[in-house]
Amino acid sequence: MTSAEKQLPPIFPHRHLLGIEGLSAADITALLDLADTYVEQNRQVDKKGSVLRGRTQINLFFEASTRTQSSFELAGKRLGADVMNMSVSSSSVKKGETLIDTAVTLNAMHPDLIIIRHASSGAVELLSQKVSCSVVNAGDGAHEHPTQAFLDALTIRRRKGRIEGLTVAICGDILHSRVARSNILLLGAMGARVRVIAPPTLLPKGIDRFGVEVFHDMRKGLEGCDIVMMLRLQLERMSGSYVPSQREYFHYFGLDYEKLGHAKPDALIMHPGPMNRGVEIDSAVADDINRSVIREQVEMGVAVRMAVLDALARNLPNELRI
Amino acid sequence: MSRTAFINARLVDPASGLDVKGNLLVADGKIADLGPNLFSDGIPDDAAIVDCRGHILSPGLIDCRVFTGEPGAEHRETLRTASLAAAAGGVTTLIVMPNTHPVIDDVALVDFIERRARDTGIVHIHPMAALTKGLAGAEMTEIGLLKEAGAVAFTDGDRAVANAQVMRRAMSYAGHFGALIVQHAEVPELSTGVMNDSELASRLGLSGIPAIAETIMIERDLRLLETTGGRYHVAQISCAASVEIIRRARGNGLKVTCGVSAAHLALNENDIRGYRTFFKVSPPLRSEEDRKALVAGLADGTIDIIVSGHNPQDADAKRHPFAEAAFGAIGLETLLPASLALVHNGDVPLTRLLGALTFAPADLLGLQTGRLAAGLPADLVLIDMGMPWVVESAKLRSTSKNTPFEDRRVQGRALRTMVGGRTVHVHGDGGH
Repeated sequence: MTSAEKQLPPIFPHRHLLGIEGLSAADITALLDLADTYVEQNRQVDKKGSVLRGRTQINLFFEASTRTQSSFELAGKRLGADVMNMSVSSSSVKKGETLIDTAVTLNAMHPDLIIIRHASSGAVELLSQKVSCSVVNAGDGAHEHPTQAFLDALTIRRRKGRIEGLTVAICGDILHSRVARSNILLLGAMGARVRVIAPPTLLPKGIDRFGVEVFHDMRKGLEGCDIVMMLRLQLERMSGSYVPSQREYFHYFGLDYEKLGHAKPDALIMHPGPMNRGVEIDSAVADDINRSVIREQVEMGVAVRMAVLDALARNLPNELRI
Repeated sequence: MSRTAFINARLVDPASGLDVKGNLLVADGKIADLGPNLFSDGIPDDAAIVDCRGHILSPGLIDCRVFTGEPGAEHRETLRTASLAAAAGGVTTLIVMPNTHPVIDDVALVDFIERRARDTGIVHIHPMAALTKGLAGAEMTEIGLLKEAGAVAFTDGDRAVANAQVMRRAMSYAGHFGALIVQHAEVPELSTGVMNDSELASRLGLSGIPAIAETIMIERDLRLLETTGGRYHVAQISCAASVEIIRRARGNGLKVTCGVSAAHLALNENDIRGYRTFFKVSPPLRSEEDRKALVAGLADGTIDIIVSGHNPQDADAKRHPFAEAAFGAIGLETLLPASLALVHNGDVPLTRLLGALTFAPADLLGLQTGRLAAGLPADLVLIDMGMPWVVESAKLRSTSKNTPFEDRRVQGRALRTMVGGRTVHVHGDGGH
């Protein structure tokens, strides 16, 4: 058997998932609906499905990642795919093999799905042009991280029953964050009101034209919010280059109960992980089972990635390609 | 004594404003005579006749900013292949940058370029020498000796001379020799990005190079120039604010000139969408408002010259994610049509445009060419202004194919290029 047993109806009119940009609200809703079914499947004793049976999935990670890579690996395996993990360190780049060489080499092995993470914006799109299978962007530079936005949206929708009309604050290093960009696009497309809260040095140029409200004061920005989404701030950016110190950053932009008090009483706390406890988020807030949905995000991550793999595989040819 | 008679030409001499129907006679590599009434007594029997059929006969183009790979990276471009591309593009003189391996910072290397140009090139080639040794930005080169050897100006090419003290002394010293300093105006610390700093950069997740990287450097250099005197030229400006700065400085009587690349006159940052690395150039392509300001600056004379900024990069240097790809685009063969688009659009008058490609660069560098005048070398280009064509990189003469104009429909082509009386390029029947 070289292909899935039966062809399921297509629900997602794209060959790749390179970003949220270009997706319609209907595309997004279809994936979230499918993901909902996988949440249930993943909570069963028998979690194994077969829609990807016979399919080969390669996880090609040029940037180290524990949670995203394992989430994609589990998602593929639960759908019955053969999953291969490739962590390409910078050493092979030093050997002279270019990114495109790597892609062409892998493509010759007839994968059906390639999941790619790369430190450069646009790298995944570049690779998608060189392969004949479907490509999922697992994060490219400061550009996009679409499955993170989907899992955040699924978490929000399951908790709040909707996305439209909610006020979502995204706080922290917006400048370097692909998570922020994908979330701004997805939440905006689904009708949420999105705010970004950061010091001016961590906001990208022209952010005010992304359809978001911009705040530099955390308390004002959190006023009336339904969702508080914290971003990771890399430690090397906190020693004077973008902000003066960890201490000052936490004082003004770290999420603690006092600042959280300005959001709605039932506001949810989210974080894409891995967290810098005590830097961008107070440990107690992060672990607050009544407010924090950070662990739930991880669970939704697997379901969302199963939905993405399933949806893309439905568009793959079911006959042998020569 | 070989003679060529160009008949039925539209003689355009931007320097004098001449634009008339007429004829031109080339003898012994020089322009012998020209005018509407030339040959009224008949064409000399021994002259080869080129019927221009009403097309423009202009001084050959002079391109003041060409990077090649010779010496050191001949797989990207040699002086010969650059000259072939130049001839095909109507360029009769090209000025090569010192950014080679080794760097052109020594008299022997200027001699090398001149000898290789003479032995292998089919157009005039002159080098700019490095302003600082090894392009390191620290110690000035032997400006006097290099100038005597034939260096037409001094520049660190695509590197800025960032140290204000170095630039101050170089300006002061070079001024004594009447040597021209050409600056790549960019503050290095502000230029660590890969494209224009803009909303689009933010959306693409690419780091930006703000316009102030350029304007701060120009403003600094102009302050230095006020105190040192000398001649200072900004190699390529890219933004509206720079046009304004130059305009104001000229108004204050400073001896400052500047250039712009044809790519910056024709393209803007939106062309980068989809992470197209062939549009990654330095300085970066900026907004449409900036492009329009550059066109206006060219039209009103604030911008003196148009350059190609020809910078050949092989496929391996460009087939990378945008941030990792090399800067640079070729441009010798598209210089003319990309520039002529401004005439077709009605943005810049023809003589003004051709002036920025002929006598203006000649005057800037002190070259005895760039005009239709008796006694000057017969460096000529016959231009079909309206000829439409599609740029196909495979057909371009450059060894490297990194053109940002790939698959573009353009208008205007060099039908025939003559360098020192020798025909070096004919397109189609090239007039006949």
